[in-house]
Amino acid sequence: MLQFIDTVGEAVAAVKDGSTVMIGGFGNAGQPFELIDALLDSGATDLTVVNNNAGQGDQGLALLIKEGRVRKMICSFPRQSDSWHFDAKFKAGEIELELVPQGNLAERIRAAGAGIGGFFTPTGYGTMLAEGKETRIIDGRGQVFETPIHADIALIKALKADGKGNLVYRKTARNFGPIMAAAAKHTIVQVSEIVPTGALDPENVVTPGIYVNSIVKVA
Amino acid sequence: MSIQTSATPLGRNDLAALVARDIAPGSFVNLGIGQPTLVSNYLTEEQNITLHTENGMLGMGPEAKGDEIDDDLINAGKIPVTELPGASYFHHADSFAIMRGGHLDICVLGAFQVSATGDLANWHTGAPGAIPAVGGAMDLATGAKDVFVMMTLLTRDGASKLVETCSYPLTGVGCVTRVYTDKAVFLIGPDGVQVRETFGLTFEELQALVPFPLVPFEEKAAGAVVGV
Repeated sequence: MLQFIDTVGEAVAAVKDGSTVMIGGFGNAGQPFELIDALLDSGATDLTVVNNNAGQGDQGLALLIKEGRVRKMICSFPRQSDSWHFDAKFKAGEIELELVPQGNLAERIRAAGAGIGGFFTPTGYGTMLAEGKETRIIDGRGQVFETPIHADIALIKALKADGKGNLVYRKTARNFGPIMAAAAKHTIVQVSEIVPTGALDPENVVTPGIYVNSIVKVA
Repeated sequence: MSIQTSATPLGRNDLAALVARDIAPGSFVNLGIGQPTLVSNYLTEEQNITLHTENGMLGMGPEAKGDEIDDDLINAGKIPVTELPGASYFHHADSFAIMRGGHLDICVLGAFQVSATGDLANWHTGAPGAIPAVGGAMDLATGAKDVFVMMTLLTRDGASKLVETCSYPLTGVGCVTRVYTDKAVFLIGPDGVQVRETFGLTFEELQALVPFPLVPFEEKAAGAVVGV
């Protein structure tokens, strides 16, 4: 049942200790900063977080990591010029890292939402990121078996939602939002605007409301 | 030997201009972070190239300046960019399906090393304690029809980055088709590594720098070369 929630704090109450949490965004575009801040305030811990990166600067996901609330990161690009909190935890052996090529990360998330049990992909074949994984030669090409990434919760950001939970995004802020919305058991969306049902052109809906559980409007 | 085309090594911008000239009109292209991004400065309107960025866009325009800067419109390097008429947006799984599905004509990447058989190493030095980060490098290397590498031929210590076998961890196997360096352009194919042109040195001088046998470019092989 779709819920419209007044505050980000109430919205993230669904995140329990030990949850796997997908967080949308690529760089700052599409990052649900307000929901992440609320998650930080909530105290939920022992989290597995799925995001393209592993936090930047002194905000959002970086602070969750700094506070020791993230047990494991599943991401493609943890090391950046300003990923100092992740770097410190990783070097101290206090955080687990599952490094996934970005396209495999996206497709594994998509597969979870689509009910796919796994897939063979050429990406990563013959590299250290395929070590220990099943491989096959398909159509003359080496391919690696990859499994879906499911989550308990997705925290994403969209531009607008209507009364049915249908979502539209804005430019490259779309990135992981639609696939994470589908992959999680419980999807929480922060939007800039809630419009009346019928106000979004059905032809232009990007994420159908069936994937959405909670919507919170942020300023 | 008549393959030498320039009396001096090429600078980064000259090299970017050369890569840009070699991209066939109408191509769909992904330019990697760093030096490859310079190529966009030399693409002409007549070439009608469509740029892809893996964070979900086709039809990417130049870097945004001043009022154009929009936090929701960035490239894979997280730099604010602009959109051109006819641009489209899509989610991450679709963006990498565009890559993996073989729909991109060319991607241009940087490299630590390229092997004689086109293996690419550009994501991890493998140094103890180094935090690995792969991003979209493996997907790009595997997915595009042609993978062009831009790099200096030699490391700071004078070692060739074009090697018989990569010593750094691989990004992709047998994926690189061309290597553009400050000293020469190499075409990698089933017949070995051909030297298309050299900059500021002769073929023999170039051969002395690279640790496996090179083949001078022959016109009869030109038909087998993709993209030109």
